[in-house]
Amino acid sequence: MSTVTTLKSRHLLGIAELDPAEIDLILETALAMKEVGARPIKKVPTLRGRTIINLFFEPSTRTRMSFELAEKRLSADTLGMTTAGSSVAKGETLADTARTLEAMSPDMIVMRHGASGAPHQLARICKASIINAGDGMHEHPTQALLDAFTMVERKGRLAGLRVAIVGDLAHSRVLRSNALLLTRMGAEVRACGPATLVPVGLDRLGVRVTTSIDEAVDGADVVMMLRVQHERMHGLFLPSVREYFTLFGLTPARLERAAPDAIVMHPGPMNRGVEIDSEVADGPWSVILDQVANGVAVRMAVLYLLAGGEEGDR
Amino acid sequence: MDADRVARSLARIAHEIIERNRTLEHVALVGIRARGVPLAHRLAAHLREFARAEVPTGALDITLYRDDLMRHAVGPQPVIRRTEIPFSIDDRLILLVDDVLYTGRTTRAALDALIDFGRPSAIQLVALVDRGHRELPIRADYVGRNIPTSRQQSVQVHLTEIDGRDEVEVEG
Repeated sequence: MSTVTTLKSRHLLGIAELDPAEIDLILETALAMKEVGARPIKKVPTLRGRTIINLFFEPSTRTRMSFELAEKRLSADTLGMTTAGSSVAKGETLADTARTLEAMSPDMIVMRHGASGAPHQLARICKASIINAGDGMHEHPTQALLDAFTMVERKGRLAGLRVAIVGDLAHSRVLRSNALLLTRMGAEVRACGPATLVPVGLDRLGVRVTTSIDEAVDGADVVMMLRVQHERMHGLFLPSVREYFTLFGLTPARLERAAPDAIVMHPGPMNRGVEIDSEVADGPWSVILDQVANGVAVRMAVLYLLAGGEEGDR
Repeated sequence: MDADRVARSLARIAHEIIERNRTLEHVALVGIRARGVPLAHRLAAHLREFARAEVPTGALDITLYRDDLMRHAVGPQPVIRRTEIPFSIDDRLILLVDDVLYTGRTTRAALDALIDFGRPSAIQLVALVDRGHRELPIRADYVGRNIPTSRQQSVQVHLTEIDGRDEVEVEG
């Protein structure tokens, strides 16, 4: 059981700001929240009267829906804004958008933005609690938390787990948040991707970097595949999709090197035949749909724990 | 209240439950976390012994239903524990078990929570201690002991399963 009963910060901007006891608290609270999702009436009155704004400057289906569902299950009032058709498309700056929203006095703002650090800027302007739902190539803390929750659910622990993370390492906020969380909780992380997509200084996160998927997967308890992000690449980093699959795609044959009871994860959306073989994605190893279900519980936990926040900065 | 007194109270409540309900076939026990849960399990053991009835037993965490949760702008959130009710409560008589009945607000939250799980045929309330000072129109159907208290006092229930000993103390 976690040694703390509260989070230090009023915001969730990244895994970097969380210590192990806080991560344990979120995961334990998520376990209670998961039970709510199994009830005939999947709704509790906890955040009644609270207003939450979902601000998505980048396209997102599952993260946005997962947050919305989590908010609704806790009875919060929610409203969403996507950039298309909003004042942002008319040239408003982030700071002005933030001040406008602040004037509507929301209790929390969930934000995804293409620029790293955007939620931090919002947190400096707004009184509301800010939850980072993915900022540029920086962090995606709730994804790492739901991944950790899924690993604990399947493996019973994080400490000592061997986790291979394979794919586009350079553009991945999922990698960064996962690497921070997993190393902090005592797991062994191997990161694998094409040499053109390995960012400088990645080893400073405490992960082992390799360009061989066979080496990364060898004996792994968890194999996490990252999406090849076409929209961030413009054809500069990879010769072809087919070559990528040949060198880095996860196939049943490659998976044989992993631990016998290894699980396969993917933050979605998947590119079948690019980073993952369909047989793997739909196979018995796959916990990809568990990740989606757990995402709602983890986000409920985060919303609940942040809602008790104190006035001013903590 | 010492350990012996707690034990005799629970045994008496079990007998009252048997006496008041013609059959225990549709009865289930639900303990309110934390200390209602071991009490519910002890009652289930008594019912097994006295009436040879296997009464399903669950645990309810009412944190998400508290009416004071979001009223404090300051202060940490209470820690949530899991609710575990591994049976349908539809058309059952639910015996809701708590250690101390005080303002009635916990019971109110528990009733709201239970009703989200289904439609029991009836809900009855079991409290080891009733200390008075109700703020809502709620009363217990089975009471271990009525202890008159002032609002300044606090009633501490200790149970072996959680605290290593059985005792009820009034402090202040």
